[in-house]
Amino acid sequence: MSIGGTGDTGGTGEVFLDVKDLKVEFPTEDGVVSAVDGVTFSVRKGKTLAIVGESGSGKSVTSQAVMGLINRKTAKLSGEVRLDGEELLTATTEQVRSLRGKRMAMIFQDPLSSLHPFYTIGKQLAEAVLVHQHVSKRAAMDQARTMLDRVGIPNPERRIKDYPHNLSGGMRQRVMIAMALLNDPELLIADEPTTALDVTVQAQILNLLRDLQKEFGTAIVLITHDLGVVADMADDVVVMYGGRIVERGGIDDIYYAPEMPYTWGLLGSVPRMDVGRGARLEPIPGQPPSLIRLPKGCVFRPRCPYHELVPGNRCDVERPDLLPVTPDHAVRCHLEPAQRKEIAIERLGAHSGQVAAPISTGQGTGSPRQEGR
Amino acid sequence: MTVVDESGTSEALRREDALLRVEQVQKYFPITGGGVLKRKVGDVKAVENISFDLIPGETLGIVGESGCGKSTAGRTVMKLLDPTGGKIEFEGRDITHLSRKEMVPLRREMQMIFQDPYSSLNPRHTVGAIISAPFKVQGVKPARGVQAEVQDLMARVGLNPEHYNRYPNEFSGGQRQRIGIARAIALRPKLIVCDEPVSALDVSIQAQVVNLLEDLQNEFQLAYIFIAHDLSVVRHISDRIAVMYLGRIMEIADAEKIYTSPMHPYTHALTAAVPLPDPRTERLRERILLEGDLPSPINPPSGCVFRTRCPKAQDRCAQEIPLLRELAPGHFGACHFPEEKQLIPVSPVQV
Repeated sequence: MSIGGTGDTGGTGEVFLDVKDLKVEFPTEDGVVSAVDGVTFSVRKGKTLAIVGESGSGKSVTSQAVMGLINRKTAKLSGEVRLDGEELLTATTEQVRSLRGKRMAMIFQDPLSSLHPFYTIGKQLAEAVLVHQHVSKRAAMDQARTMLDRVGIPNPERRIKDYPHNLSGGMRQRVMIAMALLNDPELLIADEPTTALDVTVQAQILNLLRDLQKEFGTAIVLITHDLGVVADMADDVVVMYGGRIVERGGIDDIYYAPEMPYTWGLLGSVPRMDVGRGARLEPIPGQPPSLIRLPKGCVFRPRCPYHELVPGNRCDVERPDLLPVTPDHAVRCHLEPAQRKEIAIERLGAHSGQVAAPISTGQGTGSPRQEGR
Repeated sequence: MTVVDESGTSEALRREDALLRVEQVQKYFPITGGGVLKRKVGDVKAVENISFDLIPGETLGIVGESGCGKSTAGRTVMKLLDPTGGKIEFEGRDITHLSRKEMVPLRREMQMIFQDPYSSLNPRHTVGAIISAPFKVQGVKPARGVQAEVQDLMARVGLNPEHYNRYPNEFSGGQRQRIGIARAIALRPKLIVCDEPVSALDVSIQAQVVNLLEDLQNEFQLAYIFIAHDLSVVRHISDRIAVMYLGRIMEIADAEKIYTSPMHPYTHALTAAVPLPDPRTERLRERILLEGDLPSPINPPSGCVFRTRCPKAQDRCAQEIPLLRELAPGHFGACHFPEEKQLIPVSPVQV
């Protein structure tokens, strides 16, 4: 299957979530904010797709659009979102609501503001069961207790009587995960699920997600800016910038053979714990674009150090398409494929530690370049 | 308890020509009961007997999870908080008991950069006023005038000097952090305590600021205390790293040693928990999961504070507080049963 059309990132297993040409626009006084523009991707059962990007890249809005959490009165949505073949964007609010929490669920970044401070954990969890299942309150409470136990909360009998403020951040995030998993959803969208947590707790939560995925074959969409978490969890990666997908591919494509200047910039910006002092970071110069006044050509053009290599100012005037490099790997860039490969080797090779052994080009000792400030 | 800690540990930690010397520093916050009398009912032991020396031009990273006391430690050595016990020396001078007023001249030498670039800048002051404040406070009159000096500083940290009269809300997060940095380096201090200086920034902007901090250090021979929860950033910028847990230093050593051969089980678990941006390595990595949560600093566990979550804990750990002792040359750890094997082979990265 060609990637340009379907957004299929390869592999086996059936496609569970299929997003095609998704657009989300928010009209504001200052102009239309084009938060998501033509986003296409799919996720298979039992696989994890990571959506990577910085603030304002459109990654969270994409996930909210999939979950039907965007207010139609204030935003314009178009495109297709299919959950197991069922179209969601044209569905009624009631239809989406019956799927949300049951077949698809979401974990938010900040568990304290996503849990109701006034009700006990048990009550909030039981409510999630009662919405979708015809069971007694007692049975719902039992399910809540079992789920708390499964996400690794000690003493669930006691904990269901606690209020959110009684729990630590890691515990609250587990409660959120328990709530998301209560109705055995087939799709789990996790929006920065561990960003607010300490690393040791993050490791516990990621481990939990991995175990649950193995057990239930859940499809996971993981939204994060942390390239370490992505490397740890994802099968496929979508890189977003300025509301668009700028590169998409399997995890190894993105980390070891990236072709988009923005992806190079991201990888060069991350300090690594296994690389010590002396290896200089290579930041991306400048600031992310305003979504109201996007550049006319390539959205990354103002921060791209390579636009001069493209003849005829194409980067200034023409939006590049997301074109396939291999069946599973697509990139949005005007540079010639051969040029991109050459620069990738030069940039990643210069870091040699950045991209461990696999890309061994023999030239590991380039002087660290200094762009940006 | 302090008696146990007095066993000459700090002697080995001493370094010649220390710019800053911190000895057995404690910071307790009293907990008062309700009612009018506000009787003291206990203490939050935020920082308990920490010791380290910092030499000029060096970066000491302090890492640990939320609530480990790293920020309190930074503020206490800066004397923004009064230490409950211990001794702080700056350039050989005991500053432990100096009053706020007596500290003012010293503020030229020691400065701070804060985490949140949104709340650490006065929204009603122009950038020019913010960066020139140190000159005013210290009564320094640069030869070429304050404005020229401030505009030089702005250019130095990568801001447009023409934006002298703008307000902080007109700048992005990364640019605001640059304003905070310009203010901190205005009087050419010798020490800057950076408290989570990049954690509120996007990855690409974070790298810009980290590079700026490194450049300024080389240019002005600054010493940094770099406090952050992100181990990768700390490892990148630090010469040495101190790992804190529940108010205590668990381990302090060269940055590389902390990562390649941690000797404290907590450091080991902490470094193993950080995912690397390298999928192939990640697939092969050993995972150590710590159980449970941080104990309360009001009522810390007896003996070793880490023992409740430590995979190697034994009876002795509950009875005896482990001292911070030199386990290998320049490598200090507070553990009764330190790890010995080298965990990760040193990657031949720098050629």
